[in-house]
Amino acid sequence: MATDPIEQFQISNWIPIEIGGLDFSFSNASAFMVVTAVSASAFLYLTTSSRGLVPGRLQSISEMTYEFIASMLREAAGSKGMRFFPLVFSLFVFILVANLLGVFPYFFTVTSHIIVTFALALLVVGTVIIYGFYKHGFGFLKLFVPEGVPGALVPLVVAIEIVSFLSRPVSLSVRLFANMLAGHITLKVFAGFVTTLSAFGLAGAAGAVLPLAMTIAITALEVLVAFLQAYVFAVLTCMYLNDAVNPSH
Amino acid sequence: MFVAPALAQAGDPPVVDMQAETEVALDQPAEGNFPPFDSSSYPSQLLWLAVSFGLFYLFLKRVVLPRIGSILEVRRDRIAQDLDEAARMKEEADAAVAAYEQELADARKKASAIAQEARDEAKVEAEAERRRIENELEEKLAEAEAGIARIKSAALSDVGMIAEETAGTIVEQLVGGTVDRKAVSAAVKAMAQ
Repeated sequence: MATDPIEQFQISNWIPIEIGGLDFSFSNASAFMVVTAVSASAFLYLTTSSRGLVPGRLQSISEMTYEFIASMLREAAGSKGMRFFPLVFSLFVFILVANLLGVFPYFFTVTSHIIVTFALALLVVGTVIIYGFYKHGFGFLKLFVPEGVPGALVPLVVAIEIVSFLSRPVSLSVRLFANMLAGHITLKVFAGFVTTLSAFGLAGAAGAVLPLAMTIAITALEVLVAFLQAYVFAVLTCMYLNDAVNPSH
Repeated sequence: MFVAPALAQAGDPPVVDMQAETEVALDQPAEGNFPPFDSSSYPSQLLWLAVSFGLFYLFLKRVVLPRIGSILEVRRDRIAQDLDEAARMKEEADAAVAAYEQELADARKKASAIAQEARDEAKVEAEAERRRIENELEEKLAEAEAGIARIKSAALSDVGMIAEETAGTIVEQLVGGTVDRKAVSAAVKAMAQ
């Protein structure tokens, strides 16, 4: 049971809460969501509390993240898109910290559950749709009709555009979810080899060096993936928000 | 689609032991056993995600992001201000250098003017001195010439007397006896003329 690679995704309810027949228990997943939010907030809050004119290393991290996301959003959606800066910044930091916390052994990975990533993706797409209609009315629908398309092709192109728009939340959420899930399963499988092999005495322990090295390498890769997936999520969010700000391509 | 098996399983565990659960799990469809697809946990996950991410978003939007934004703003302003200050100071320094050079040129001009004046004054004085000495010398020369002329005439007048006496004496010696003074004197005078 201890080497079951799926066990790490198991949710165990710590404080049972039931409202209207639905289970709203405070689980290990809830705990790690709170830990993610609190540790990220604390880091950003404490590192910038001195408001140093010349930033220290930790303050630099906060400032660099800020400018990184700000320039990303400004490039993708222009200065009008900057009203969504808090959203993109929160999403990026939340996903990044959740991913990074998940790399620690015995820690729960919040983003390895499709419902969480799907909810975040829906938040993005929902924001795009609501703001798009609020700002442009039915003009927002021009998003689905690219300019300069021959009349006969319009229905086909519109159908393709609609399908591609609808598949966005799916691709956005599944990409993050699948990356975290697959990485953690691989990690757990190789780590499992180490314990299984070392149970076979000295020769087994010698043979376990290989999967151990693999485990270390994959851990490093997971750290990279944690950054990369948070970045990809943020970049795509910026591009989708651009549609809400400037619907006519 | 996998709601039913998940709910069924959620009800099961309390009554079966660990071994039985594992066996049951092997018989179940994969999604019923796979935690990320276990929809019984969805309400709790959604609620706590909404709570934690919502508060996180609000905290960042209200507190953290304005703070970092203002830090960056202040720094940008400060750098721009410092650059302006530096440019201003450089201008001041340039002006000071120009003023210094102007002053130096003025001083040089003044110094050469003073030197020229001193030289001219000295020349004029020297000239005056020379003239004064020349005059003095000329005066002395004239005096001396006058003295010489006086002495010469005095000496010349003496010569006549000496010649008379000498002539008288010579005549006495040659002729013997006394000689008439008046005759000798006349003779000498006649000779001298």
